[in-house]
Amino acid sequence: MSYEILGISVLWIFLYGYLIVASIDFGAGFFAFYARLTGKDHLINRLISRYLSPVWEITNVFFVFFFVGLIGFFPDAAHYYGSALLVPGSIAIILLAIRGSFYAFENYGSKKNIVFLFLYGATGLLIPASLSVALVLSEGGFITENNGIVTLDYLELFTSPLAWSIVGLALTSILFISASFLAFYASRADDKPALELMRGYALFWSTPTIIAAFTSVLYLSQHNNRHFQNMMDLWWLLGLSVVFFLIVLWLLFKGRAYGWAFIGLMLQFLCAFFAYGIGHYPYILDPYITIQGGATQEAMGIALVVVFIAGLLLLIPSLALVFRLFLFDADYVKGKK
Amino acid sequence: MMIDTVMWSRLVTGLTLSFHVIFATIGVAIPLMISIAEFVGIRKKDSHYTLMAKRWTRGFVISVAVGVVTGTAIALQLALVWPNFMQMAGNVIALPLFMEVFAFFFEAIFLGIYLYTWDRFRNPYLHWLLTVPVVLGAAMSAFFITSVNGFMNQPAGFLFEAGQFTAVNPLQAMFNEATPSKVFHVLASAYMTGAALLAAIAAFSILKKGVTDYAKKGLKLMMGVLLLFSFLTALAGDVSAKFLAEHQPEKLAAAEWHFKTEQGADLIFLGWLNAEREIMGALHIPNALSFLAFSDFNAEVTGLDEFPLDEQPPLLVHYLFDAMVGVGFTLLAVSALFFLLLLLKKRVELNRWMLRVIVFGAPLAFLGVELGWFYAEIGRQPWMIRGYMRVEEAATTSPSIVILFFVFLTLYILLGTMCAVVLRRLFRDNPAEVELEKAAQAQQDALQDEQTKKEGDPVS
Ligand code: HDD
Ligand code: HEM
Ligand code: HEM
Repeated sequence: MSYEILGISVLWIFLYGYLIVASIDFGAGFFAFYARLTGKDHLINRLISRYLSPVWEITNVFFVFFFVGLIGFFPDAAHYYGSALLVPGSIAIILLAIRGSFYAFENYGSKKNIVFLFLYGATGLLIPASLSVALVLSEGGFITENNGIVTLDYLELFTSPLAWSIVGLALTSILFISASFLAFYASRADDKPALELMRGYALFWSTPTIIAAFTSVLYLSQHNNRHFQNMMDLWWLLGLSVVFFLIVLWLLFKGRAYGWAFIGLMLQFLCAFFAYGIGHYPYILDPYITIQGGATQEAMGIALVVVFIAGLLLLIPSLALVFRLFLFDADYVKGKK
Repeated sequence: MMIDTVMWSRLVTGLTLSFHVIFATIGVAIPLMISIAEFVGIRKKDSHYTLMAKRWTRGFVISVAVGVVTGTAIALQLALVWPNFMQMAGNVIALPLFMEVFAFFFEAIFLGIYLYTWDRFRNPYLHWLLTVPVVLGAAMSAFFITSVNGFMNQPAGFLFEAGQFTAVNPLQAMFNEATPSKVFHVLASAYMTGAALLAAIAAFSILKKGVTDYAKKGLKLMMGVLLLFSFLTALAGDVSAKFLAEHQPEKLAAAEWHFKTEQGADLIFLGWLNAEREIMGALHIPNALSFLAFSDFNAEVTGLDEFPLDEQPPLLVHYLFDAMVGVGFTLLAVSALFFLLLLLKKRVELNRWMLRVIVFGAPLAFLGVELGWFYAEIGRQPWMIRGYMRVEEAATTSPSIVILFFVFLTLYILLGTMCAVVLRRLFRDNPAEVELEKAAQAQQDALQDEQTKKEGDPVS
């Protein structure tokens, strides 16, 4: 396998990881706020903060990792996306800053404050919405280059049904993923009321998620037919995704095997995400950056891959330790430690 | 118009970095102090030190949060504000940037574990061991990012053909000639600043609430660390100056207003320039610059006259340099004086003047870090990548950058204020004395518990 392909695969796997952990985190922020509003916070907020407190920083690093890796492997991406995204990117920075710090202030500080919680919940939805715009842009047609000056066509972007459908998909998926995970976490904690609440949320958000997914694919076929056709060639991956979705739905409905349900959900998103990603090949930004044309020099590419593997050897055992201490240690989950 | 966006781009980057570096310094330094305190506590079986480690950690996580979000802002801004820099240099210098993220990852994971496992291990050394990856991770991230900055000053590890970097050697780029002295200086000054901060907090609490055992122990411990690292910082500063004299002479010459190449050059302290670029009212130390630069009072030091006018750094950096060095020697003197007084009459903690000076040392140390970076960065002008890319070639062309400056300024003011308010509330509502009592109480209860049901579950 050539180093460019290896590089983009690594990055795509990382983005998938971020999608899962960040969705849990973003959605939890929303649920925490919503529960406070509807007076149900006594049911779930302790659960949420027990899981989130040890991991929020790790979630953030996932994002930085993807971003720095992308620029490292494909420096041209810095030129195009960097120039075009100065304003939207800065808005995302501000939202991330508010969310991260206010989470810490609320959680490690001494007083519980509804304003912090609101900002935490609201940014949990706004951030994924703004980040998903980068995926929309990669489809081409929004970023143009004239005489070396790169600009973003805002009008085109804001009136594009594709953009809105992808934002919608991002939001519904986040709530679906997060609710399913928290249901699983509640079942580990033997917390019946929280479990029922989260299971209800998960079931509620499953249908909009699948509708948004189909809508996005539909609009994609109009906007970028090449990408759409490539994805259709991977029909079996998409089919698998739907099968996993049905399994998840069934398990949630029956109210059993929450662990398996969550694994099924991860597989559902894995299949869909890779069908989308492989279909995107060979472009990183249609039509300006391709994987082969935009890649860094070979020596750097190889160095990055080597570091990546060495880094994983260091991180996987450490992450396993985190999971053992916080996710699978029944006493910790139940709040006895 | 072009010039304006470039200037605003510099201001945005300078603003974000100036803000980030406050929290970055805390992030690098405090884990070491926590580690030291916890270790001393276990060694001496003294719960005061353990409590110190716990309280520092609690404050630390809040400042880490600001460090993390502003760091994320820089990572994104480097691509947003300097797209052409990242496109060109990314080929050569992506490796340390990428590795930095691993270092953060590593640190974040173990910090998370450390925070939530205070009472989960039987053997206290096991919990202490968790500080090791946190300290190392923080130091590694400082190392990686500083090597990127080293590359900008002393580019290495490539061939330059047709405006492109080719034949890239990532390791050589990372271990460029500027890296060793810079990393040494950055780490030493960060640890020094962390110690100054914690010593100042202890001194402040003595001034406010009178002497307690807890505050006294914290003060002495941190003054010791401060003495060590202020010495190392001065040493590292000397190493940096020797590096500059050899490899980046225009930066040293600008800092010293050393206009003509000559042997036996004087060191010039403060002063001002008149209309004919003559130095007025300065303190001249004969031949000292030659000595600083080459350890030889008669060595030849390159002057600014050897560089074309449009490649000379601004002469303003002279004051930045002098002020930074002033900070360094002041802190060294303060910590030395503290231990001198301690030897002479044992009860330094009652000397209110000494305590006031120590409190003042904390803002001074942070000022030193800022001045150092301003000197290093402004002294690199007009280059972005010294010798290869000028600042104006690297910047974004978008005029929105002007608004963004004010937006980010507001954000940082907000974050800084919130952080201070939350920290203050956290510690004011929960003073150390109260916590000590609670801890003693809890220990007694635990002992009784253990006696009644002789078995505890084996700890993970
Ligand atoms: C990895 C790179 C890097 C690092 C570690 C730093 N800087 Fe920097 N800084 C830059 C990369 C940079 C830059 C993006 O390359 C700038 C923009 C223009 C320039 O020449 O360098 C810059 C400019 C710049 C300026 C404007 C100088 C001028 O153009 O007149 C200031 C005031 C600072 N920086 C301050 C800092 C502070 C307080 C730092 C402490 C962390 C710091 N920089 C570290
Ligand atoms: C161009 C310059 C810099 C960039 C791109 C940068 C990047 C970052 C990023 C992305 C983070 C957040 C990491 C996370 O998500 O956990 C961060 C935090 C941090 N940065 Fe910076 N940084 C820069 C300058 C510096 C400097 C000069 C230092 C120290 C000498 C430093 C030390 C730190 C530390 C210690 C933290 C994390 C706080 C913690 O996790 O303990 N950074 N930085
Ligand atoms: C005691 C005498 C000191 C001397 C002789 C000294 C010397 C230097 C020199 C020559 C540089 C420029 C290096 C370069 O750009 O390549 C530098 C940069 C710097 N100084 Fe100092 N310094 C001293 C004290 C301090 C103190 C007290 C602090 C902070 C509290 C500090 C923090 C820094 C920082 C953060 C930088 C930027 C990093 C770098 O570029 O190396 N220095 N110093």
